[in-house]
Amino acid sequence: MAPRIVLIDYHKGNLLSVARSLSDVGAEVTITDEPDKIRAAAGLVLPGVGSFEDAMGFLHESGVAEALADALARKVPFLGICLGEHLIMEYGDESAGGYCAGMGMVRGSVRKLDGSALKVPHVGWNQLELTESGRRCPLFAGVEDGAHVYFTHSHALDDDVDEGIVAAYTSYTRRFASAIWDGSALFAVQFHPEKSSTVGLRILKNFVSLVPGGRP
Amino acid sequence: MLTKRVIVCMDVNDGRVVKGVNFVDLRDAGDPVELAEVYDREGADEVVFLDITATSDERATTIDLASHAAERLRIPYTVGGGFHDIEGARAMIAAGADKISLCTAAVRDPELITLASRAFGSQAVIVAIDAKRTGAADSWEAYIRGGRTPTGLDAVGWAQEAARRGAGEILLTSMDRDGTQDGFDIALTRAVARAVPIPVIASGGVGTLEHFAEGIIDGEADAVLAASVFHFGTFSVRQVKEYMAGQGIPVRLDF
Repeated sequence: MAPRIVLIDYHKGNLLSVARSLSDVGAEVTITDEPDKIRAAAGLVLPGVGSFEDAMGFLHESGVAEALADALARKVPFLGICLGEHLIMEYGDESAGGYCAGMGMVRGSVRKLDGSALKVPHVGWNQLELTESGRRCPLFAGVEDGAHVYFTHSHALDDDVDEGIVAAYTSYTRRFASAIWDGSALFAVQFHPEKSSTVGLRILKNFVSLVPGGRP
Repeated sequence: MLTKRVIVCMDVNDGRVVKGVNFVDLRDAGDPVELAEVYDREGADEVVFLDITATSDERATTIDLASHAAERLRIPYTVGGGFHDIEGARAMIAAGADKISLCTAAVRDPELITLASRAFGSQAVIVAIDAKRTGAADSWEAYIRGGRTPTGLDAVGWAQEAARRGAGEILLTSMDRDGTQDGFDIALTRAVARAVPIPVIASGGVGTLEHFAEGIIDGEADAVLAASVFHFGTFSVRQVKEYMAGQGIPVRLDF
Protein backbone atom coordinates (compact mmCIF):
# COMPACT_ATOMS: atom_id res chain seq x y z
CA MET A 1 0.00 0.00 0.00
CA ALA A 2 1.03 3.54 -0.63
CA PRO A 3 2.44 5.51 2.30
CA ARG A 4 -0.42 7.39 3.91
CA ILE A 5 0.08 11.03 4.62
CA VAL A 6 -2.20 13.25 6.62
CA LEU A 7 -2.28 16.80 5.31
CA ILE A 8 -3.39 19.15 8.06
CA ASP A 9 -6.13 21.57 7.04
CA TYR A 10 -6.38 24.74 9.08
CA HIS A 11 -8.93 26.32 6.79
CA LYS A 12 -6.79 29.20 5.63
CA GLY A 13 -6.02 28.32 2.09
CA ASN A 14 -5.87 25.87 -0.70
CA LEU A 15 -4.19 22.55 -0.11
CA LEU A 16 -4.72 21.16 -3.56
CA SER A 17 -1.20 21.77 -4.87
CA VAL A 18 0.43 20.12 -1.87
CA ALA A 19 -2.02 17.21 -1.99
CA ARG A 20 -1.51 16.68 -5.73
CA SER A 21 2.26 16.84 -5.47
CA LEU A 22 2.29 14.29 -2.65
CA SER A 23 0.07 12.01 -4.74
CA ASP A 24 2.39 12.51 -7.72
CA VAL A 25 5.21 11.00 -5.69
CA GLY A 26 3.22 8.01 -4.51
CA ALA A 27 1.48 9.03 -1.30
CA GLU A 28 -2.11 8.42 -0.38
CA VAL A 29 -3.26 11.75 1.03
CA THR A 30 -5.95 12.47 3.58
CA ILE A 31 -6.82 16.11 4.19
CA THR A 32 -8.18 16.64 7.69
CA ASP A 33 -8.57 18.92 10.69
CA GLU A 34 -9.55 16.08 13.04
CA PRO A 35 -7.19 15.66 16.01
CA ASP A 36 -7.74 11.89 16.17
CA LYS A 37 -6.66 11.35 12.59
CA ILE A 38 -3.63 13.58 13.13
CA ARG A 39 -2.68 11.74 16.29
CA ALA A 40 -2.85 8.39 14.46
CA ALA A 41 -1.07 9.50 11.27
CA ALA A 42 1.88 7.62 9.76
CA GLY A 43 3.18 10.83 8.18
CA LEU A 44 2.16 14.46 8.61
CA VAL A 45 2.41 17.55 6.45
CA LEU A 46 1.60 21.01 7.78
CA PRO A 47 1.33 23.28 4.76
CA GLY A 48 1.82 27.00 4.59
CA VAL A 49 -0.76 29.62 3.86
CA GLY A 50 -2.06 32.70 5.63
CA SER A 51 -1.43 34.49 8.87
CA PHE A 52 0.53 33.08 11.83
CA GLU A 53 -1.86 34.42 14.45
CA ASP A 54 -5.03 33.17 12.72
CA ALA A 55 -3.49 29.76 12.17
CA MET A 56 -2.39 29.49 15.81
CA GLY A 57 -5.91 30.40 16.93
CA PHE A 58 -7.35 27.57 14.88
CA LEU A 59 -4.68 25.04 15.86
CA HIS A 60 -5.37 25.57 19.55
CA GLU A 61 -9.17 25.80 19.42
CA SER A 62 -9.49 22.72 17.25
CA GLY A 63 -7.18 20.57 19.35
CA VAL A 64 -4.90 20.09 16.34
CA ALA A 65 -1.87 21.60 18.14
CA GLU A 66 -2.14 19.06 20.94
CA ALA A 67 -2.66 16.16 18.54
CA LEU A 68 0.33 17.26 16.50
CA ALA A 69 2.52 17.46 19.60
CA ASP A 70 1.48 13.90 20.50
CA ALA A 71 2.30 12.65 17.01
CA LEU A 72 5.70 14.38 16.98
CA ALA A 73 6.51 12.84 20.37
CA ARG A 74 6.07 9.47 18.63
CA LYS A 75 8.61 10.57 15.97
CA VAL A 76 6.11 10.43 13.15
CA PRO A 77 7.71 11.84 9.97
CA PHE A 78 6.63 15.47 9.81
CA LEU A 79 7.11 18.10 7.13
CA GLY A 80 6.25 21.75 7.77
CA ILE A 81 6.05 23.99 4.72
CA CYS A 82 6.42 27.81 4.84
CA LEU A 83 3.91 28.97 7.47
CA GLY A 84 3.83 25.33 8.58
CA GLU A 85 7.52 25.73 9.37
CA HIS A 86 6.90 28.94 11.31
CA LEU A 87 4.09 27.51 13.42
CA ILE A 88 6.30 24.87 15.06
CA MET A 89 8.66 27.55 16.38
CA GLU A 90 8.32 29.27 19.75
CA TYR A 91 7.37 32.74 18.50
CA GLY A 92 6.47 34.65 15.38
CA ASP A 93 6.43 38.42 14.93
CA GLU A 94 3.60 38.28 12.43
CA SER A 95 0.84 39.61 14.63
CA ALA A 96 0.06 43.31 14.55
CA GLY A 97 0.79 43.68 18.25
CA GLY A 98 4.22 42.07 18.12
CA TYR A 99 5.10 38.51 18.97
CA CYS A 100 2.63 35.67 18.88
CA ALA A 101 3.36 32.32 20.48
CA GLY A 102 3.81 29.36 18.15
CA MET A 103 3.50 25.67 19.00
CA GLY A 104 7.07 25.66 20.35
CA MET A 105 8.16 22.26 19.09
CA VAL A 106 11.43 23.78 17.91
CA ARG A 107 13.42 26.45 19.73
CA GLY A 108 13.70 29.77 18.02
CA SER A 109 11.54 32.44 16.45
CA VAL A 110 10.30 33.87 13.19
CA ARG A 111 11.10 37.41 12.14
CA LYS A 112 9.98 39.60 9.24
CA LEU A 113 12.48 40.21 6.45
CA ASP A 114 13.76 43.77 6.35
CA GLY A 115 12.54 45.43 3.16
CA SER A 116 14.77 48.51 3.29
CA ALA A 117 17.43 47.24 0.86
CA LEU A 118 15.69 44.49 -1.09
CA LYS A 119 12.09 43.91 -2.06
CA VAL A 120 9.88 42.06 0.40
CA PRO A 121 8.05 39.66 0.02
CA HIS A 122 10.90 37.47 -1.12
CA VAL A 123 9.28 35.96 -4.20
CA GLY A 124 10.86 33.61 -6.67
CA TRP A 125 13.48 30.93 -7.13
CA ASN A 126 16.42 31.05 -4.78
CA GLN A 127 19.17 28.63 -3.82
CA LEU A 128 19.61 26.08 -1.08
CA GLU A 129 22.99 26.21 0.58
CA LEU A 130 23.11 22.76 2.19
CA THR A 131 24.88 22.51 5.52
CA GLU A 132 26.90 19.46 6.53
CA SER A 133 23.77 18.16 8.24
CA GLY A 134 21.75 19.03 5.13
CA ARG A 135 24.00 16.89 2.98
CA ARG A 136 23.20 13.94 5.22
CA CYS A 137 19.52 14.88 5.54
CA PRO A 138 17.29 12.27 3.84
CA LEU A 139 14.99 15.06 2.62
CA PHE A 140 17.76 16.32 0.33
CA ALA A 141 19.02 13.00 -1.03
CA GLY A 142 19.79 13.59 -4.70
CA VAL A 143 19.37 17.36 -4.35
CA GLU A 144 22.46 19.35 -5.24
CA ASP A 145 23.94 22.08 -3.12
CA GLY A 146 22.82 25.33 -4.78
CA ALA A 147 19.60 23.85 -6.18
CA HIS A 148 16.82 26.36 -6.87
CA VAL A 149 13.46 26.18 -5.11
CA TYR A 150 10.47 28.51 -5.02
CA PHE A 151 9.97 30.96 -2.16
CA THR A 152 7.16 33.36 -1.43
CA HIS A 153 7.24 34.86 2.06
CA SER A 154 7.86 37.96 4.12
CA HIS A 155 8.97 36.21 7.33
CA ALA A 156 11.71 33.68 7.98
CA LEU A 157 13.40 31.87 10.83
CA ASP A 158 15.53 34.13 13.00
CA ASP A 159 19.15 33.62 14.05
CA ASP A 160 18.11 32.17 17.41
CA VAL A 161 17.49 28.78 15.73
CA ASP A 162 20.07 26.21 16.83
CA GLU A 163 22.67 25.95 14.08
CA GLY A 164 22.86 22.21 14.63
CA ILE A 165 19.38 21.67 13.21
CA VAL A 166 19.80 23.86 10.13
CA ALA A 167 19.85 21.71 6.99
CA ALA A 168 19.98 24.57 4.50
CA TYR A 169 20.44 28.31 4.42
CA THR A 170 19.22 30.76 1.82
CA SER A 171 20.44 34.31 1.41
CA TYR A 172 18.22 37.25 0.67
CA THR A 173 17.85 40.34 2.86
CA ARG A 174 19.62 38.19 5.42
CA ARG A 175 20.91 34.64 5.47
CA PHE A 176 18.15 32.56 7.01
CA ALA A 177 17.57 28.90 7.75
CA SER A 178 15.48 27.68 4.81
CA ALA A 179 15.31 24.06 5.99
CA ILE A 180 15.60 22.43 9.40
CA TRP A 181 15.95 18.83 10.45
CA ASP A 182 16.10 17.58 14.03
CA GLY A 183 18.28 14.64 13.00
CA SER A 184 15.28 12.36 13.32
CA ALA A 185 11.82 12.67 11.75
CA LEU A 186 11.07 16.38 11.95
CA PHE A 187 11.62 18.41 8.78
CA ALA A 188 10.51 21.93 7.97
CA VAL A 189 11.18 24.13 4.97
CA GLN A 190 10.64 27.78 4.14
CA PHE A 191 10.21 27.21 0.41
CA HIS A 192 7.35 25.51 -1.41
CA PRO A 193 8.41 22.07 -2.67
CA GLU A 194 4.98 21.69 -4.31
CA LYS A 195 5.82 24.71 -6.50
CA SER A 196 9.46 23.87 -7.09
CA SER A 197 9.11 21.71 -10.18
CA THR A 198 11.39 18.66 -10.38
CA VAL A 199 13.63 19.60 -7.43
CA GLY A 200 10.54 20.06 -5.26
CA LEU A 201 9.05 16.74 -6.31
CA ARG A 202 12.32 15.05 -5.45
CA ILE A 203 12.19 16.53 -1.95
CA LEU A 204 8.57 15.44 -1.46
CA LYS A 205 9.40 11.98 -2.77
CA ASN A 206 12.24 11.75 -0.27
CA PHE A 207 9.85 12.69 2.51
CA VAL A 208 7.19 10.20 1.42
CA SER A 209 9.81 7.46 1.32
CA LEU A 210 10.36 7.94 5.07
CA VAL A 211 6.72 7.23 5.82
CA PRO A 212 5.97 3.58 6.45
CA GLY A 213 3.57 1.96 3.98
CA GLY A 214 0.05 1.18 5.08
CA ARG A 215 -1.06 -2.04 6.70
CA PRO A 216 -0.30 -5.10 4.54
CA MET B 1 20.96 34.24 -4.99
CA LEU B 2 17.38 35.12 -5.89
CA THR B 3 17.07 34.54 -9.61
CA LYS B 4 15.35 36.76 -12.13
CA ARG B 5 12.21 35.06 -13.39
CA VAL B 6 11.10 34.23 -16.90
CA ILE B 7 7.31 34.12 -17.03
CA VAL B 8 5.17 32.85 -19.88
CA CYS B 9 1.79 34.47 -20.44
CA MET B 10 -1.25 32.87 -22.01
CA ASP B 11 -4.27 34.84 -23.14
CA VAL B 12 -7.28 32.62 -22.68
CA ASN B 13 -10.71 33.03 -24.26
CA ASP B 14 -13.50 30.61 -23.38
CA GLY B 15 -10.94 28.23 -21.90
CA ARG B 16 -8.69 28.23 -24.99
CA VAL B 17 -5.37 29.95 -25.62
CA VAL B 18 -5.75 32.65 -28.21
CA LYS B 19 -2.84 34.22 -30.09
CA GLY B 20 -1.03 31.67 -32.18
CA VAL B 21 0.58 28.64 -30.68
CA ASN B 22 3.13 26.84 -32.74
CA PHE B 23 3.97 23.71 -30.81
CA VAL B 24 3.86 20.51 -32.79
CA ASP B 25 4.13 18.10 -29.89
CA LEU B 26 0.85 19.04 -28.28
CA ARG B 27 -2.30 17.02 -28.66
CA ASP B 28 -4.25 20.24 -28.41
CA ALA B 29 -2.40 23.49 -28.90
CA GLY B 30 -5.32 25.48 -27.57
CA ASP B 31 -5.41 23.92 -24.12
CA PRO B 32 -3.84 26.43 -21.73
CA VAL B 33 -2.89 23.95 -19.03
CA GLU B 34 -1.34 21.48 -21.45
CA LEU B 35 0.68 24.31 -22.94
CA ALA B 36 1.69 25.52 -19.48
CA GLU B 37 2.96 22.03 -18.64
CA VAL B 38 5.28 22.21 -21.63
CA TYR B 39 6.63 25.53 -20.35
CA ASP B 40 7.05 24.03 -16.86
CA ARG B 41 9.22 21.28 -18.38
CA GLU B 42 11.13 23.87 -20.43
CA GLY B 43 12.06 25.81 -17.31
CA ALA B 44 9.50 28.62 -17.12
CA ASP B 45 9.61 30.03 -13.60
CA GLU B 46 5.91 30.88 -13.57
CA VAL B 47 2.98 31.06 -15.91
CA VAL B 48 0.20 33.62 -16.11
CA PHE B 49 -3.26 32.90 -17.48
CA LEU B 50 -5.08 36.06 -18.51
CA ASP B 51 -8.72 35.33 -19.11
CA ILE B 52 -10.01 37.67 -21.76
CA THR B 53 -13.40 35.97 -22.07
CA ALA B 54 -16.18 38.51 -22.26
CA THR B 55 -19.15 36.26 -21.71
CA SER B 56 -21.43 36.06 -18.69
CA ASP B 57 -20.19 32.66 -17.55
CA GLU B 58 -16.56 33.77 -17.52
CA ARG B 59 -16.08 33.14 -13.85
CA ALA B 60 -17.05 29.48 -14.11
CA THR B 61 -14.68 29.05 -17.06
CA THR B 62 -11.84 30.71 -15.21
CA ILE B 63 -12.37 28.69 -12.03
CA ASP B 64 -12.30 25.58 -14.15
CA LEU B 65 -8.99 26.71 -15.64
CA ALA B 66 -7.52 27.52 -12.22
CA SER B 67 -8.42 24.14 -10.76
CA HIS B 68 -7.26 22.23 -13.82
CA ALA B 69 -3.92 24.07 -13.57
CA ALA B 70 -3.63 23.16 -9.88
CA GLU B 71 -3.89 19.51 -10.80
CA ARG B 72 -1.21 19.61 -13.43
CA LEU B 73 1.32 22.38 -12.75
CA ARG B 74 4.22 22.15 -10.33
CA ILE B 75 5.30 25.77 -10.69
CA PRO B 76 3.44 28.85 -9.47
CA TYR B 77 0.73 30.31 -11.63
CA THR B 78 -1.34 33.46 -11.72
CA VAL B 79 -4.89 33.94 -12.91
CA GLY B 80 -6.10 37.32 -14.12
CA GLY B 81 -9.45 38.35 -15.55
CA GLY B 82 -12.74 36.58 -15.15
CA PHE B 83 -13.51 38.13 -11.77
CA HIS B 84 -14.25 41.61 -10.48
CA ASP B 85 -14.59 41.41 -6.74
CA ILE B 86 -13.17 39.80 -3.63
CA GLU B 87 -15.51 36.80 -3.90
CA GLY B 88 -14.31 36.19 -7.43
CA ALA B 89 -10.70 36.51 -6.34
CA ARG B 90 -11.34 34.14 -3.45
CA ALA B 91 -12.82 31.58 -5.84
CA MET B 92 -9.63 31.64 -7.93
CA ILE B 93 -7.40 31.18 -4.87
CA ALA B 94 -9.68 28.42 -3.58
CA ALA B 95 -9.43 26.70 -6.96
CA GLY B 96 -5.65 26.65 -6.55
CA ALA B 97 -4.24 29.81 -8.14
CA ASP B 98 -1.08 30.97 -6.37
CA LYS B 99 -1.71 34.57 -7.30
CA ILE B 100 -4.46 36.68 -8.75
CA SER B 101 -3.89 39.58 -11.09
CA LEU B 102 -6.10 42.65 -10.79
CA CYS B 103 -6.31 45.35 -13.46
CA THR B 104 -9.66 47.00 -14.26
CA ALA B 105 -11.23 45.91 -10.98
CA ALA B 106 -8.37 47.46 -8.98
CA VAL B 107 -8.71 50.84 -10.70
CA ARG B 108 -12.47 50.89 -10.21
CA ASP B 109 -12.16 49.85 -6.56
CA PRO B 110 -8.63 50.28 -5.17
CA GLU B 111 -9.88 48.98 -1.82
CA LEU B 112 -10.03 45.58 -3.50
CA ILE B 113 -6.20 45.46 -3.45
CA THR B 114 -6.22 46.00 0.30
CA LEU B 115 -8.95 43.44 0.90
CA ALA B 116 -7.26 40.83 -1.29
CA SER B 117 -3.83 41.31 0.26
CA ARG B 118 -5.32 40.98 3.74
CA ALA B 119 -7.26 37.89 2.76
CA PHE B 120 -4.60 36.02 0.76
CA GLY B 121 -1.32 37.78 1.63
CA SER B 122 0.51 40.37 -0.49
CA GLN B 123 2.46 37.67 -2.27
CA ALA B 124 -0.77 36.47 -3.87
CA VAL B 125 -1.86 39.84 -5.25
CA ILE B 126 -0.51 41.19 -8.52
CA VAL B 127 -1.71 44.52 -9.84
CA ALA B 128 -1.49 44.61 -13.63
CA ILE B 129 -0.93 48.02 -15.17
CA ASP B 130 -1.36 48.61 -18.89
CA ALA B 131 0.57 51.82 -19.50
CA LYS B 132 0.63 54.06 -22.57
CA ARG B 133 2.85 57.06 -23.19
CA THR B 134 1.19 60.47 -22.98
CA GLY B 135 2.38 63.41 -25.08
CA ALA B 136 4.78 64.51 -22.34
CA ALA B 137 8.27 63.03 -21.99
CA ASP B 138 8.56 59.99 -19.73
CA SER B 139 4.94 60.09 -18.70
CA TRP B 140 2.54 57.17 -18.95
CA GLU B 141 -1.16 56.76 -18.34
CA ALA B 142 -2.77 53.59 -16.97
CA TYR B 143 -5.50 52.04 -19.13
CA ILE B 144 -8.15 49.51 -18.22
CA ARG B 145 -10.56 47.15 -19.98
CA GLY B 146 -7.86 45.49 -22.04
CA GLY B 147 -6.33 48.81 -23.04
CA ARG B 148 -9.59 50.28 -24.29
CA THR B 149 -10.27 52.85 -21.58
CA PRO B 150 -7.91 55.56 -20.28
CA THR B 151 -8.10 56.19 -16.54
CA GLY B 152 -6.41 59.56 -16.16
CA LEU B 153 -4.07 57.86 -13.67
CA ASP B 154 -0.32 58.35 -13.96
CA ALA B 155 1.03 54.80 -14.32
CA VAL B 156 3.95 55.33 -11.93
CA GLY B 157 1.75 56.96 -9.30
CA TRP B 158 -0.82 54.19 -9.65
CA ALA B 159 1.88 51.57 -9.17
CA GLN B 160 2.93 53.33 -5.97
CA GLU B 161 -0.63 53.44 -4.71
CA ALA B 162 -1.11 49.76 -5.54
CA ALA B 163 2.03 48.90 -3.57
CA ARG B 164 0.89 51.03 -0.63
CA ARG B 165 -2.43 49.23 -0.65
CA GLY B 166 -0.73 45.85 -0.36
CA ALA B 167 -0.02 44.61 -3.89
CA GLY B 168 2.82 42.08 -3.85
CA GLU B 169 3.95 42.63 -7.43
CA ILE B 170 3.32 44.89 -10.41
CA LEU B 171 2.79 43.34 -13.84
CA LEU B 172 3.69 46.25 -16.07
CA THR B 173 2.75 46.14 -19.74
CA SER B 174 3.76 48.80 -22.22
CA MET B 175 0.83 49.26 -24.58
CA ASP B 176 3.10 51.16 -26.98
CA ARG B 177 5.43 48.19 -27.28
CA ASP B 178 3.04 45.26 -26.91
CA GLY B 179 3.05 43.23 -30.11
CA THR B 180 5.79 45.32 -31.77
CA GLN B 181 8.78 43.07 -30.94
CA ASP B 182 10.76 46.31 -30.46
CA GLY B 183 11.68 45.49 -26.86
CA PHE B 184 10.35 46.60 -23.51
CA ASP B 185 9.72 50.28 -22.83
CA ILE B 186 12.84 50.53 -20.69
CA ALA B 187 12.18 54.03 -19.37
CA LEU B 188 8.74 52.97 -18.18
CA THR B 189 10.00 49.77 -16.60
CA ARG B 190 12.82 51.54 -14.79
CA ALA B 191 10.57 54.39 -13.61
CA VAL B 192 8.14 51.94 -12.01
CA ALA B 193 10.83 49.58 -10.68
CA ARG B 194 12.52 52.49 -8.91
CA ALA B 195 9.25 53.90 -7.59
CA VAL B 196 7.90 50.81 -5.81
CA PRO B 197 9.28 48.56 -3.06
CA ILE B 198 7.79 45.41 -4.63
CA PRO B 199 8.88 43.27 -7.61
CA VAL B 200 8.07 44.49 -11.11
CA ILE B 201 7.38 42.14 -14.02
CA ALA B 202 8.24 43.73 -17.38
CA SER B 203 5.88 42.93 -20.22
CA GLY B 204 5.18 43.98 -23.77
CA GLY B 205 7.44 44.14 -26.78
CA VAL B 206 9.95 41.30 -26.56
CA GLY B 207 11.32 40.27 -29.95
CA THR B 208 14.94 39.28 -29.37
CA LEU B 209 17.03 37.55 -26.70
CA GLU B 210 18.72 40.88 -25.97
CA HIS B 211 15.36 42.37 -25.04
CA PHE B 212 14.93 39.93 -22.16
CA ALA B 213 18.29 40.90 -20.68
CA GLU B 214 17.62 44.60 -21.22
CA GLY B 215 14.40 44.39 -19.21
CA ILE B 216 16.39 43.15 -16.23
CA ILE B 217 19.65 45.06 -16.60
CA ASP B 218 18.43 48.41 -17.97
CA GLY B 219 14.79 48.26 -16.93
CA GLU B 220 15.69 46.99 -13.45
CA ALA B 221 12.76 44.57 -13.54
CA ASP B 222 12.64 41.51 -11.30
CA ALA B 223 11.01 39.31 -13.91
CA VAL B 224 10.35 39.35 -17.64
CA LEU B 225 7.15 38.13 -19.24
CA ALA B 226 6.48 37.19 -22.83
CA ALA B 227 3.88 35.32 -24.83
CA SER B 228 4.23 35.25 -28.61
CA VAL B 229 7.96 34.58 -28.86
CA PHE B 230 7.40 31.43 -26.83
CA HIS B 231 4.09 30.38 -28.40
CA PHE B 232 5.46 30.79 -31.92
CA GLY B 233 8.59 28.89 -30.97
CA THR B 234 10.91 31.82 -31.79
CA PHE B 235 12.80 31.00 -28.60
CA SER B 236 12.53 28.29 -25.99
CA VAL B 237 12.50 29.28 -22.34
CA ARG B 238 15.83 27.51 -21.89
CA GLN B 239 17.38 29.49 -24.73
CA VAL B 240 16.26 32.74 -23.11
CA LYS B 241 17.60 31.73 -19.71
CA GLU B 242 20.92 30.58 -21.11
CA TYR B 243 21.28 33.90 -22.89
CA MET B 244 20.43 35.80 -19.71
CA ALA B 245 22.92 33.71 -17.73
CA GLY B 246 25.54 34.63 -20.32
CA GLN B 247 24.82 38.29 -19.60
CA GLY B 248 25.52 37.72 -15.91
CA ILE B 249 21.87 37.56 -14.82
CA PRO B 250 21.13 34.92 -12.16
CA VAL B 251 18.56 32.48 -13.54
CA ARG B 252 17.33 29.00 -12.62
CA LEU B 253 18.75 26.42 -15.00
CA ASP B 254 18.46 23.26 -12.89
CA PHE B 255 15.23 21.87 -14.31
